[in-house]
Amino acid sequence: MGSKKALVGLLAPPLLWLVVAYLGALAAIFATAFFTTDPFTNEVVRTFTTENFQALLSPTYLRIIGRTLFIAVMVTVLCIVIAVPFAYFMARVAPRRLSHVLVAAVLVPLWASYLVKAYAWRTMVQPGGVLDSTFGRTPGYGFTAVVLTLTYLWLPYMILPVYAGFERLPESHLEASADLGAKGMHTFRRVILPALLPSIAAGTVFTFSLSLGDYIAVQIVGGTLQVLGTTVLQNITLDLPFAAALGTTSVVIMVFYLVAVGRTGALDNL
Amino acid sequence: MRRITILKSAALGAVAALVLTACGGGSSSSSGSSASEGGFKVPNLTALDKLGTPEGEVSVLAWPGYVEDGSNDPKVDWVSDFEKESGCKVTVKTFGTSDEAVQLFRTGQYDTVSASGDATLRLIASGDVEPVNTDLISNYPDIFDSLKMQPWNSVRGVAYGIPHGRGANLLMWRTDQVKPAPDSWSAVFDQASGQKGKVTAYDSPIYIADAALYLMATKPDLGIKNPYALDAKQLAAAVELLKAQKANVGEYWSDYLKEIQAFKNGSSTVGTTWQVIANLAQAEKAPVQVVLPKEGATGWSDTWMVGAKSQHKTCAYKFIDHIVSPKTNAAVAEYFGEAPANKKACAETVDKNHCATFHADDEKYFSQVHYWTTPISACLDGRTDVECTDYAEWTKAWTEVRNS
Repeated sequence: MGSKKALVGLLAPPLLWLVVAYLGALAAIFATAFFTTDPFTNEVVRTFTTENFQALLSPTYLRIIGRTLFIAVMVTVLCIVIAVPFAYFMARVAPRRLSHVLVAAVLVPLWASYLVKAYAWRTMVQPGGVLDSTFGRTPGYGFTAVVLTLTYLWLPYMILPVYAGFERLPESHLEASADLGAKGMHTFRRVILPALLPSIAAGTVFTFSLSLGDYIAVQIVGGTLQVLGTTVLQNITLDLPFAAALGTTSVVIMVFYLVAVGRTGALDNL
Repeated sequence: MRRITILKSAALGAVAALVLTACGGGSSSSSGSSASEGGFKVPNLTALDKLGTPEGEVSVLAWPGYVEDGSNDPKVDWVSDFEKESGCKVTVKTFGTSDEAVQLFRTGQYDTVSASGDATLRLIASGDVEPVNTDLISNYPDIFDSLKMQPWNSVRGVAYGIPHGRGANLLMWRTDQVKPAPDSWSAVFDQASGQKGKVTAYDSPIYIADAALYLMATKPDLGIKNPYALDAKQLAAAVELLKAQKANVGEYWSDYLKEIQAFKNGSSTVGTTWQVIANLAQAEKAPVQVVLPKEGATGWSDTWMVGAKSQHKTCAYKFIDHIVSPKTNAAVAEYFGEAPANKKACAETVDKNHCATFHADDEKYFSQVHYWTTPISACLDGRTDVECTDYAEWTKAWTEVRNS
């Protein structure tokens, strides 16, 4: 009996935070998306209307949402492509000492300020910047720069879960696979990758969601590129309900994504 | 598993219901102001009667460069002496566009704001600012008469602010990249392809007026007389021009520091700017020059306004009085690069020619400068046969341009 009270007491504050602060905030955004604004003062007028969601279905905004999804997918794919071999090297190939140094090397950028890293990439891609003077060419501000910067920013979030996944992989599975006659690539496809799927999925949740909502890096290296985050930022002063509708869109996309990832069973072993 | 899902949905539903009730129950603060027949509904607020004891602090919302307290450059400080004299500690927040100013001021955290003409009427209509008692400002009589009681700082004979100064948006270019020196806005519109990817423009719907101004000179058959009075056809033409410009734009700017950096490292080579940005860029050894193009320019005439809900009104009035005093107004005007509002400031500028250079008393010059004003549906050029587009439509048009 006493332990039940203690359990309730322990759970109450975080549950309160979750329901009121987190879910309440999301609900407030969702509710605001149904309001409209006074045309002159741009203040929110609390009359129910679906015009914001209808406006979202116009080609301009569908294009923006599509572009943002594309960026998120590209960043996720690039992160996977870089992280898996790197994590394999860290976990299986490198000697213990080097492995620890590499883990530290992956973690240290996380402590650097986001803005510092984004501005560093700005100096890399700008005309006359590092890339231009080293290779003679630069992608400049735009889509490519955004994908590169976001991949750089979120790479640690992908490397670490995949590294953990590799560590968890029993050596005996690989030996058994070799005993049964599978060569390197075959083992990788049939044994390692399926075992790694939960870790990769966990990493993609980070890279996908963080790329979907990002607007600061886009503003710094994206030039005139329009994504979901920058559109919300542009509308938040003059048309809060429309910005709320855009915000609701990203929440909905993430819900779908998480459900899809959950269904693969990837989140069960987190 | 099912029980937890039901519990979760119940919690969600409860929260949603709670939020919707709270949102719907609260009274809307919008006073339903809509522009009609050149007038609009204004909340019934009264100006401060007399000054009380200084409250000890004042929170100022200002354009960058207006309220320098030594934190940017220790030699540029006209705030510290005011703080000592009045006992009002000044905290400053700067903003990049009038829209930001309106939104920030609405939070109620600021006591006074330097509002441009495209922000003043919106703040008045929403009840965020109150009328000012000009008798409480000792320097008011010395302000140029042409700035007093204008359509952007007064409503039906009631003053809502104290004029600060005025100036024009200029064309800036990198002298080593853009040759020959431009003298027309065509450098960022029709002739911009030479600087493809390096043109910059101001990131605000009010920039549509710059496009309209260019069309006034290049397409007179559109009939644009006032760049803020655009009917649907004229707005569409301006949007076309801006969409064509976007192909050459590298970045839009609203943060003045970012524009300085962009011109300094050459990622922007030509675009619209403020004099203060050019001055700061030149101080950092960037090879830039500015010009007021031959078509004229958009500009601003700024007004200091007092927050209706401010708790520090005496300090606010004292601060405004200080900023428009001859010495300070001269210092701001020289630092920012604009014409001062106070006649006596012209004698106090370090550069004795400052007022002449910036045409402080030249009404003919300023007739070529189209101050930022909020577009309303009653045409500002006097036309009654058509309805003009209002700021909400300009915002939608600007979003269309940015997303094109």
